[in-house]
Amino acid sequence: MYNFDFEKPSTIADAVSALGTEDAQALGGGQTLLPTMKQRLASPSKLVSLKGIAEMQGICTGDDGALCIGGATTHADVAAGAGAYAGLAGLAAGIGDPAVRARGTIGGSLANNDPAACYPAGALASGATIVTNAREIAADDYFQGMFTTALEEGEIITEVRFPVPEASNYQKFEQPASRFALVGVFVAKYADGVRVAVTGASEDGVFRWSEAEAALSGNFSADAVADMAPSADGLISDLHGSAAYRAHLVSVLTRRAVAAAN
Amino acid sequence: MSQVTMTVNGKEMSGDAEGRTLLSQFLRETLGLTGTHVGCDTSQCGACVVHVDGVAVKACTMLAMEADGASVDTIEGQAAPDGTLNALQQAFQDHHGLQCGFCTPGMIMSAADLLKNNPKPTEAEVRHHLEGNICRCTGYHNIVKAIMAASGQDVSSIAAE
Repeated sequence: MYNFDFEKPSTIADAVSALGTEDAQALGGGQTLLPTMKQRLASPSKLVSLKGIAEMQGICTGDDGALCIGGATTHADVAAGAGAYAGLAGLAAGIGDPAVRARGTIGGSLANNDPAACYPAGALASGATIVTNAREIAADDYFQGMFTTALEEGEIITEVRFPVPEASNYQKFEQPASRFALVGVFVAKYADGVRVAVTGASEDGVFRWSEAEAALSGNFSADAVADMAPSADGLISDLHGSAAYRAHLVSVLTRRAVAAAN
Repeated sequence: MSQVTMTVNGKEMSGDAEGRTLLSQFLRETLGLTGTHVGCDTSQCGACVVHVDGVAVKACTMLAMEADGASVDTIEGQAAPDGTLNALQQAFQDHHGLQCGFCTPGMIMSAADLLKNNPKPTEAEVRHHLEGNICRCTGYHNIVKAIMAASGQDVSSIAAE
């Protein structure tokens, strides 16, 4: 990879300031960014590690009962510490492999918004709030297509707030070489309705499957979505699976997630 | 270039590193600790697994500067100073847990991470924990058996000799 300057500030303010340099880039756990830089697909002038910022680490419960996860919290820490939200803890426990989970962070995953990453499905299905150094962004407004988010240049995800559902589950059909989701479906049942978010499937990145949400909000059982599948239009077709195959997987994984959540 | 200092296998060590210097590269080329292997350099194979502040990570996907000030444990620090293998290493030898040996440092470090948190894992838990460690000889059965044996469990029923 091309060389760069490295900084590891200990406060959010210092990190924001360090990111003011042209072509500076925030570094979470580096489990995606460093491989991308090795391929010379990215060549920042400076990396600003967010790992030294204590206030961006850890999990707590907010006054409203929401689970608040610091942006620099690792997948391993979410897997171990988000017991109050079993579906989310399960999602974190299935990302990559143990060594990757020990480094990768929730903020890094959401900022990158890989179309096959797991966290975007969890955040969107939960109606989570993405908290940055500057503002709060609703998940429904945050995800804007493959590798595209509402984040501005130099904006840092400091925390993510997840309303805790009554029932939830995440099902991932792994692409076995990369361990990313070939398709992943997160189902979350709240008092005011069910949310279903799908990752890995669409050319527009993570999306909500509204037909399934409507059916499941009336009847939260796998039978309610037994004969449903999303349209294959706009779904990803590549050497790992056709669009029709992905549409089928969305249907199967949604049923499995509902069955597991019940 | 900046100076990076870390406690490697209990001993403080320093060296110069660029921003882009990987931890794996720093350990191997600057500190001369070539036991940490680089197989794929894309964080798939796990041959480069070391422990940073007690947690198993892939040294090819971490910057040396990120480990500045950290405590790093590598395969070189596993045996006793007189060369006596630790229980896990001895189990790998006893149960033929290696063929070519290339993946072994990463397997040992990942397995040590597992046993620290889960002293009596089931066979399924061992296999699941090793999903980020690839053996190019496909010699997984005896690796799993060695790890089970190192945890003090009966391995007579596991896989084939």
